[in-house]
Amino acid sequence: MSELDLIGDEDVEIETTLNGSTLKRRVKARQHLADFLRQEMELTGTHLGCEHGICGACTVLIDGRTARGCLTLAAQASGRTVDTIEGLSQSGKLAELQKEFIERNAAQCGFCSSGMLLTAYELVSEGKKLSRAEIREYMSGNMCRCTGYHAIIDAVEAVLTRVAGGKR
Amino acid sequence: MTSSSTPVSAIGARIPRRELKRLLSGHGRYVDDIKLPHMLHAAFVRSPHAHAKIIAIDTTDARIAPGVAAVFTAVEINARCEPFVGVALHRPGHRSAPLPLLASDRAVWQGQPVAIVVAETRAEAEDAAELVAIEWEALPVIGNEQEAIAAGAPAIHAELGDNIAFDFSLNHGDSTRAFAEADVVIEEELRFARQMAMTLEARGLIADFNPGDETLTVIHAHQSPFQMQEIFSHQLKIPEHKVRVIAPDIGGGFGMKLNVYVDEIATVVASMILGRPVKLCVDRLESFLSDAQARDHHIKCRIALKKTGEILAMEVDDIAAIGAYGMPMRFNVAEGMMAITMAGAPYRFENYKARTRSVYVNKNLIGMYRGVGMPLACVVSELLTDFAAEKLGIDTVEFKRRNYWPKSALPCVTPGGQRLETVSFHECLEKLVQLMDYEGLRKEQRELRERGVYRGIGIATFCEQTAYGPPYYGPSGASISTQDGCTVRLEPSGMVRCITSLTDQGQGTLTGVAQIIAATLGVSIDDVSVVGGDSSISPYGGGAWASRGTAIGGEAALRAGNMLKKNILALASTVTQTAPEELDIVDGHVVNTQTGHNVASLADVGRIGYFRQDTLPKDFDVQLSVSASFVANDKVYYMANGVQASYVEVDCDTGFIKILGQWAVDDCGRVINPLLVDEQVRGGIVQGIGSVLFEECLYSEDANLLNGTLADYVLPMAYDVPDIFVGHVETPETSTQLGAKGIGEAGLIGAMGAVWVGVNDALKPLGAKVLHQPFTPERVLDALALAKR
Repeated sequence: MSELDLIGDEDVEIETTLNGSTLKRRVKARQHLADFLRQEMELTGTHLGCEHGICGACTVLIDGRTARGCLTLAAQASGRTVDTIEGLSQSGKLAELQKEFIERNAAQCGFCSSGMLLTAYELVSEGKKLSRAEIREYMSGNMCRCTGYHAIIDAVEAVLTRVAGGKR
Repeated sequence: MTSSSTPVSAIGARIPRRELKRLLSGHGRYVDDIKLPHMLHAAFVRSPHAHAKIIAIDTTDARIAPGVAAVFTAVEINARCEPFVGVALHRPGHRSAPLPLLASDRAVWQGQPVAIVVAETRAEAEDAAELVAIEWEALPVIGNEQEAIAAGAPAIHAELGDNIAFDFSLNHGDSTRAFAEADVVIEEELRFARQMAMTLEARGLIADFNPGDETLTVIHAHQSPFQMQEIFSHQLKIPEHKVRVIAPDIGGGFGMKLNVYVDEIATVVASMILGRPVKLCVDRLESFLSDAQARDHHIKCRIALKKTGEILAMEVDDIAAIGAYGMPMRFNVAEGMMAITMAGAPYRFENYKARTRSVYVNKNLIGMYRGVGMPLACVVSELLTDFAAEKLGIDTVEFKRRNYWPKSALPCVTPGGQRLETVSFHECLEKLVQLMDYEGLRKEQRELRERGVYRGIGIATFCEQTAYGPPYYGPSGASISTQDGCTVRLEPSGMVRCITSLTDQGQGTLTGVAQIIAATLGVSIDDVSVVGGDSSISPYGGGAWASRGTAIGGEAALRAGNMLKKNILALASTVTQTAPEELDIVDGHVVNTQTGHNVASLADVGRIGYFRQDTLPKDFDVQLSVSASFVANDKVYYMANGVQASYVEVDCDTGFIKILGQWAVDDCGRVINPLLVDEQVRGGIVQGIGSVLFEECLYSEDANLLNGTLADYVLPMAYDVPDIFVGHVETPETSTQLGAKGIGEAGLIGAMGAVWVGVNDALKPLGAKVLHQPFTPERVLDALALAKR
């Protein structure tokens, strides 16, 4: 074996609240959060598009804020709350956004959708009224290769309008 | 009267896709989400050089690394598979060297696979791949098309003598004379950078060879399971009925996941050797180095006109750098062929001369990507005609009105050989001009120019070859099926199950098929389920490529639906003692059309048909599961068409371009679901905008990729693109009952033309032109500086 071996191969104990349940696990220090969720927890709704933080497919919520699952080590989730597409779907928190996305066909292959919905959820949760251009800017950390973004922006705007009304 | 061949209701409705609830709640099942028992993971060792000799490969350390099951090189892998010769038999002079699964003595592009490491986890496979030691000797590199054709250039494949893969010319009329007699000639030299399809889900498969019964099952993120069934069977010598290819949920295809990839076949070989399932899911860097790429063209073109605005002639000279080999099955001369045969297609003129050359370079292979050569053809025609109209002092819309093929001339064959039958250029243009408020935007453009704001309007007309028939690939020698098929089965409960040969990477084709079945059978769409993408269960078919799914697979579904309906009514007729002509199916019930009464539910029919056959006459033939296939025997394609417009602003200080608005009017024949068609068009448009403004694979002089991450390879995000307005003209295809043509590529084709023309329109008052895609700020500023000189 060479000097490359086993950097980060040691185990780390983590305790985290994942989708509402407390969880204790030993993880490889080098394992990123998205791999942990997908491989260890079999929560495959968090997708990996680039594994270097650009595409946003791996977006999850950590302590309620969006984060890149591929740039976060699983160990960093210790002591924090992690929410994924599965948990937020099951709890109904994404229901309104999901309904608007479906009705407007704001998804094609669906690979970006988990991340897109979580970013949209964060935007809507902030409750600020945004212009269409501002919504586009907010959503620009999530790449979609299939749709023209138009329907996604429509869907987010529809929910935001209901939530934020005239607030600015 | 209700005729079974005139389906209604669900067809044409804005019905949301049925897969979306699953995909939007994290319940999709993409290849990398699937685990099989005893499964291993593959990682490849790839060439770090664009051209280098392999002196020695040492896999000793890798073999003993943690978790490693095996390391294979060309010695083990290539022995199981003949190399591919990606040559189209119907293209005389087309040549390629044989492409092996793994490089053995020499690598000819950076990223070519050399060894496969198979381990318990992908991470362990990647770690071990780092330990494979290869001794290389760098060889001279052919980095671009000019180096490839330079006199005395070394041939990448010595046995070919030079680097020309394919050289094709066509000549119609006498363009030389027409140019000599012309009042106005516009001549330009255009460049289109090499780019990626960049599906968000990278390529992947799980190869599962079962040594017990010697069957191969491949769960494959691929657009055409039947194509891959044939390839695996033929190349790996497994009887075809023992090969099953299943396409699960797929994170985007765009043509890229239609190609044949040597690393994917090597993964199957590894599974055969090891007798265990092996998964390969390439990461993003590998995707940059190994996904089929697109474009990389250099085109010289010119147009000759009379003072009156009549087009006399066009000439196009294209040269394409297609990588180091011919692409297996799908070839890589199609971009050039489409570029030259479709340039100028919407316009009536007599004289045309064109040439395309595909040349080998030490780069990854060009393969299928949305639009293929059609966007290039669109840019050539629309840029030349827009510049010509400007020079003649004719408004560009008026120029188009005068020069499009008139309806009265249809059907016709263009000088490039395109057959136009049911195209609708004028209707699309007039609708577009309304939709975008053309006159209003022109006025705004003029006013803003006086204030130093440079905006441009680009209008682009295009044809789209969709839904190829057997005359296209048939003579090429490639086993590519242009038919599709569908089984429709009435379940005992009265529900309907449909199994199609189509695949769906997000287009919504399966929902379209459900709509067609629902409308044809007279049932609710909620009572119809559709599965696709499994080569072992549906009739044989082509899958998703060339904008064909709904046009061909939808027609097969319609025909199968009609057959099943006939059989259901025959059974109901026997049971109710009513003439079948007096029966119909409405809302899931068999009704007597004379009395309007429900006479039986489909559940009644199912119950009798499956469980109480004893109540039927003994010679009654119960067939409640029927299959139909369809192929457009006599047609090369169904020609769709459209017109698009871009409204753009160029910041002359920074060189940045902003697209302010985009409009599209498409004619894809009968629209089955406008909700899905619109977003299909918009998605294509965004890829077109990305192509023109952002996307470029950058290489060093020795042909090493410099931008292998999404941080360096710029893709359009939500903020980079405008709202996109889509309109339709519907001119049905006349040779099918359904009347649909394709729509998958229209958005990209038209957008590339419209943005090229729009940006150059903005620069007209400054005397500058940008002619090198993508139009980066640097290239825009260079163009402005050149104009000032």
